[in-house]
Amino acid sequence: MPIIKQKDYKTWKKFDRKRDLQNWLCWFLGTLIFSFCFGLISSKTIWFYVFDSHNEALDLLGRMFPPETNYFFTLIKPIWDTLNIATIGTTIGTLIAIPLAFLSANNTTPSKKFIRPLALFCIVSSRSINSVIWALLLVAVVGPGVLAGIIAIGLRSIGFCGKLLYEAIEEIDENQIEAIEATGANKAQIMTFGIVPQILPAFTSISIYRWDINIREATVVGLVGAGGIGIELDAQIGDLAWAKVSVILLAIVVAVVFSEWITAKIRKAII
Amino acid sequence: MNYKKVIWKRKPLIKNRLLRIGLILLIITYLLSVFLTTEIDWQRILEGIPRGKIFIFAFFPPDFITRSNEILAGIFESLWMTIVATIVGILISIPVSLGAAKNIAPKFVYFLSRGVITLSRSFQEVILAIFFVKLMGFGPFAGMVTLSLSTIGFFAKLLSEDIEDINKSQAEAIKSTGSSWFQWVNYGVQPQVMPRFIGLSLYRLDINFRESAVIGIVGGGGIGSTLNTAFDRYEFETAAAVLIVIISIVMIVEYTSSHLRKLIK
Repeated sequence: MPIIKQKDYKTWKKFDRKRDLQNWLCWFLGTLIFSFCFGLISSKTIWFYVFDSHNEALDLLGRMFPPETNYFFTLIKPIWDTLNIATIGTTIGTLIAIPLAFLSANNTTPSKKFIRPLALFCIVSSRSINSVIWALLLVAVVGPGVLAGIIAIGLRSIGFCGKLLYEAIEEIDENQIEAIEATGANKAQIMTFGIVPQILPAFTSISIYRWDINIREATVVGLVGAGGIGIELDAQIGDLAWAKVSVILLAIVVAVVFSEWITAKIRKAII
Repeated sequence: MNYKKVIWKRKPLIKNRLLRIGLILLIITYLLSVFLTTEIDWQRILEGIPRGKIFIFAFFPPDFITRSNEILAGIFESLWMTIVATIVGILISIPVSLGAAKNIAPKFVYFLSRGVITLSRSFQEVILAIFFVKLMGFGPFAGMVTLSLSTIGFFAKLLSEDIEDINKSQAEAIKSTGSSWFQWVNYGVQPQVMPRFIGLSLYRLDINFRESAVIGIVGGGGIGSTLNTAFDRYEFETAAAVLIVIISIVMIVEYTSSHLRKLIK
């Protein structure tokens, strides 16, 4: 941090000249990339619609209020379905993620050359395909309904839980395992008494975190027909029944805030 | 030989016996009620399995060539969208995250900013996209707005938590020199949260790219539109190619961003 001498006084500057130039260059390049990308997007945009969007938004809000409160009672079953999709989906996802995580962690995998890359590939491909796309595929296979949603959420959760869990396994304390080994324990006993207690806290917090995310995800798998509140949302938007749509949106906000509250409570109780 | 055999048992996870049994009962009743209230049409599933087989085999072999122009155009559009949306989203979330930090903002601003974050977090990108496509017309602009707005919820929440954890004495030292509020934020707070800021930006870039693949399904442009068109035309070979491209790009982005994050640390 240089002090620069002017004619008759000294001033402090955060960076010297070289660093200043570097920063300036970074900002310049960043702005250049940004404007280039934005130009490409704007060439594909019909600006008339964008500039008109505030009128459209006001019109939409006018149609949404007042919400049709009676409609809420028909929503109870879809909300229940949504919660179930999230809960059962998370359970299935974590159950499959556990063996995958053990196979892909550096210190527990049976073969580094063959099985580990395979397990990692399963984890990455589950992570990179969004649950809506999973649902899109599954609706075609098992038919529309809650089951497709549960499997879609489950498949998507495998990657997330698997990744965080195998990182937790790789960070365990090896001394404890050595101590268990010294008592003459076999492989399965090392697993249950040496590794599992160490990763249990991480496992619970990961699955709770994923459940919280899954509540959100479960609201949208219905848009492609996989059960839950998304089906209602899709139907009401299709009918242009905006007064009902606003009730659905409110219900989603309430469900999400509720799930956040519960996860905060559980996390406090465990830690 | 007369000694008492001592057997060691692992301690139960939950000490209180009543609570333990109660929890198990609660889980069982929950599972039962789920099972009783969800209709699963086993007939349909049995019918679906051979159909699913045909469906899945229709994906092979993936066809990169026939629609290669559309696939390339879709990927580039997704990339532009991701870059612009991440930058815009971060620029908006900086003031929001300052407002949502308890140690900086007054109570009124704090609750306002928290409200913005909760609202942005509660709606999935796809739901937001439906509305923005309706308001602004089809195309990447609506997708970009969606991604920027959902960036706020994620970014501002995590950054404000980091701002709340800053070292107070450093910030106080700047304040004691008689700095203005902006100087205080710029020299006292910003340098402390910078590593986290960069890490979060890279992470969000990765997430936004993945999300851009879905919002195309509801009309938000990008590779999702290509995927949706492929499904609509029953060109499953092309759809498979698109999925493979998405997976490989996500893998590349993930490896580079984790590598970059290690470099910065």
